[in-house]
Amino acid sequence: MSESMTSNISPKGRFPFKLKIEPRLKSPSGWFSSMLSFLAVVLALLVGAGIIAAAGGEPWRAYAHIARSSFGSVGVFSDTMVKAIPLMLTGLACTVAFRMRLWNIGAEGQFFLGAWGASLVVLAPILPEETPQWIFIIVMSIVGIAMGAIYGFIPGFLKAKLNVNEIISTLMLNYIAVEWNNYFIYDKWSEGGFQMSKVFPRNAWLPRLADYAKEIPEFRGLTVHFGLVFAIIAAVVVWLILYKSQWGYEIRLIGDNPKAAEYAGIPIARNIILVMSLSGALAGLAGMSEITGVVHRLQGHISPGYGFTAIIIAWLAKLNPFAVLLVSVLFGALILAGREIQPSGVPTMIQGVIMVFLIASDFFMRYRIYFARRKEE
Amino acid sequence: MEMVSTMDQENEVRECRNVVCMRGIVKHFPGVLANDHVDFELREGEVHALLGENGAGKSTLMNILAGLYRQDEGLIEVNGKEVKFNSPRDAIAAGIGMVHQHFMLVPSQSVTENILLGLSEPRFRLNLPHYDAVVAQMAEEYGLHVDPRAKIWQLSVGEQQRVELLKMLYRGAEILIMDEPTAVLAPSEIDDLFVTLRAMTQKGKSITFISHKLHEVMAISNRVTVLRKGKVTSSGINIADTSRAGLANLMVGREVVFRVDKNEQEPGDVILSVDNIHAENNKGLKALNGITLNVRAGEIVGLAGVAGNGQRELADVITGLRKASEGQVIIGGEDITNLSPKAGIRKGVSHIPEDRTHVGTAPNLSVTDNVIMKNYTEEPIGKGWMVNDTAATKYARELKKAFDIIVPNVHTSVRLLSGGNLQKVILAREISKKPELLIAMQPTRGLDVGAIEGVQRLLLLQREAGSAVLLVSEELEELLSLSDRIYVIYEGEIMGEVADGDIEKIGLMMTGMQMEDIRLQGEKSNE
Repeated sequence: MSESMTSNISPKGRFPFKLKIEPRLKSPSGWFSSMLSFLAVVLALLVGAGIIAAAGGEPWRAYAHIARSSFGSVGVFSDTMVKAIPLMLTGLACTVAFRMRLWNIGAEGQFFLGAWGASLVVLAPILPEETPQWIFIIVMSIVGIAMGAIYGFIPGFLKAKLNVNEIISTLMLNYIAVEWNNYFIYDKWSEGGFQMSKVFPRNAWLPRLADYAKEIPEFRGLTVHFGLVFAIIAAVVVWLILYKSQWGYEIRLIGDNPKAAEYAGIPIARNIILVMSLSGALAGLAGMSEITGVVHRLQGHISPGYGFTAIIIAWLAKLNPFAVLLVSVLFGALILAGREIQPSGVPTMIQGVIMVFLIASDFFMRYRIYFARRKEE
Repeated sequence: MEMVSTMDQENEVRECRNVVCMRGIVKHFPGVLANDHVDFELREGEVHALLGENGAGKSTLMNILAGLYRQDEGLIEVNGKEVKFNSPRDAIAAGIGMVHQHFMLVPSQSVTENILLGLSEPRFRLNLPHYDAVVAQMAEEYGLHVDPRAKIWQLSVGEQQRVELLKMLYRGAEILIMDEPTAVLAPSEIDDLFVTLRAMTQKGKSITFISHKLHEVMAISNRVTVLRKGKVTSSGINIADTSRAGLANLMVGREVVFRVDKNEQEPGDVILSVDNIHAENNKGLKALNGITLNVRAGEIVGLAGVAGNGQRELADVITGLRKASEGQVIIGGEDITNLSPKAGIRKGVSHIPEDRTHVGTAPNLSVTDNVIMKNYTEEPIGKGWMVNDTAATKYARELKKAFDIIVPNVHTSVRLLSGGNLQKVILAREISKKPELLIAMQPTRGLDVGAIEGVQRLLLLQREAGSAVLLVSEELEELLSLSDRIYVIYEGEIMGEVADGDIEKIGLMMTGMQMEDIRLQGEKSNE
């Protein structure tokens, strides 16, 4: 017991205990995982508080302000939801791919292509301006989804046929997508020399709650648009695919052990292509809903990095489609209210800190840490 | 404990005149006793082969000598002095260098750069031309022909191995450990390697050569130590005093565990017919060289052979996981050569793979998800485009009960299962499909005696139910007690077929003798 005895046994260490790290032989219970994520977020917010304090702010007032300006009233909550919609759809896009351990880092690019596809319908133009709204919505969705899917298909095909690392290819395709958009807004569809297209006709806007303010006065000023319906439908579809369908079973099996999947007779190359295309399609839908529901014209800077935040969201939601919806609302709040404090900088930094803490917390899921008495080696 | 310490004292008393003496080495891994009081001695200037099957503990022992692992018990002396290695760096400093099966080279750098990597000289300015010359001279001296300026990725596997050897020699290694150096080489490269090894021993280097290939051991080594299941079965015998058959016995062992009751029954139609199959292994080397065999309904056919002679490749070709370059696989009268694994599954082929965790199961998925792997599209588990969870869980529960899988519930991840239970999950999945043809690779490896008996009984039940069973095993006793006929495979060729369970003949064929040669020899001695 005494320290002198222990040091006799172990000449090297003076401290009688040491930290031991062991791989877990049993998976920790369900509550442990949620607790861990919760704790990680809390710790990250504490670190964030430190950052705010260091920047000369008052952390608690800042956080209170964030809470107030994103959930304080129906109006601001509606704005939070508007920010959350593209996060939901891109988050679902990442969820689908990550389930098969395909690291699609390209939701951002697929988002841009979806936006471009929707714009194409108005600006090419594919449909005349006086087309009824419902036809506009259907055609724009289809084209937006298709463009996103094609943009997911490319890295999927390269991975399946040539074993090109999808992390690199999807990341690089993001830059191409942004420049592709720029080409159109600077040149082809530029309006009067500005780097943006003309405003879409009203028929090509997704309906917002505010549009029904005449019938229901409570809806006045509410910006939530039809994209929310897309997101909820998409979450249900993704859930059905991943957790109920045979295809989802194949995706999970390939994700966990591709060799076992091959042994079970599941075609892997085909599934890589299909999953990447589906992932791209969902991100494309996000771009379409953003451009037709919020921006109403094609321009630069349509995304504050939705496709990248989506990676954190999918991770935090533990690839559960409905959890993706909830987590997206939280991140939507952070984006919206963060801007109230500072246009850029600290709020994004807090996001980054949350990500780092979440990834680090995964370590505790896989390893057990305890103090062991030093013994003779 | 007391016994061990007295033994240690005895060991210390015994003098060590050899370059390496390892005494009473014990090494535990979780759940495995990899080395069980192993003694090993290496004399100066000899090639000492360390022979044993996969998992016999050869690599573990040498990794201890090379400073990669630390022994739990036992001591190591190098040149008469006791040494304690904490890292490979310590071992190198004591003159011990190991060439691993997987080379540790930087592909984008040149040969010289790889050799200098991690050394304290040269310090800042590389002066590569100077070192190129040094390396070239050293290569010349030992007959290790390789261009010092070539990049590693440009070199063949054999040349890369030479770079590894040069790396060790440059660091002043007097004792070289080669971990299965021939496994990656083509036949002509093997001859070159042997020439090099002889050249090095003539210059006073001592070499340990890990292998499970008998003819290579006979060809290159002076002495041989045989390991079996972590224990030494024969220590440092002269190659001249032994024979292939003798070594095979030491390696495989002949202890009888128990006998299984087997009904007499007439086999039915030919289910599996393999005709002149050629195929390559993962390294692109020839693994199968014209295999022809057949298995009929209601019989168990054994495939005997030392591991790595093409068994895995053959199973892969039959189940559609590997492409054959030549030949035909016919199952139930239908040619399924080089079709997908799905085609085989549809024809009623079940496969118990050798590698349970990496091929046979998805470790993080539940028991349920693992047992439905091959029938998730079939009624009642597959329903339209959906998986019927209720039916799947019910099915998993039935299998858990029928096969006595010990697991808290069917939603548990299979990575938490013990080896025996994991094997039961695979067996449950493969056997409950009532296969036409069952390919069982090492189905009892690593299981305890009770589990082995259970698995063997299940295989016999398949035979009685009229399945054709191809049983691949390294356990001769198991093959003899279960099989109706036994083929022997050696270096991708079938050496012959034995129906009477003649263990002598099988042993000889496992060492590369053709059936006809054995018969001729027998006739000669009768005369």
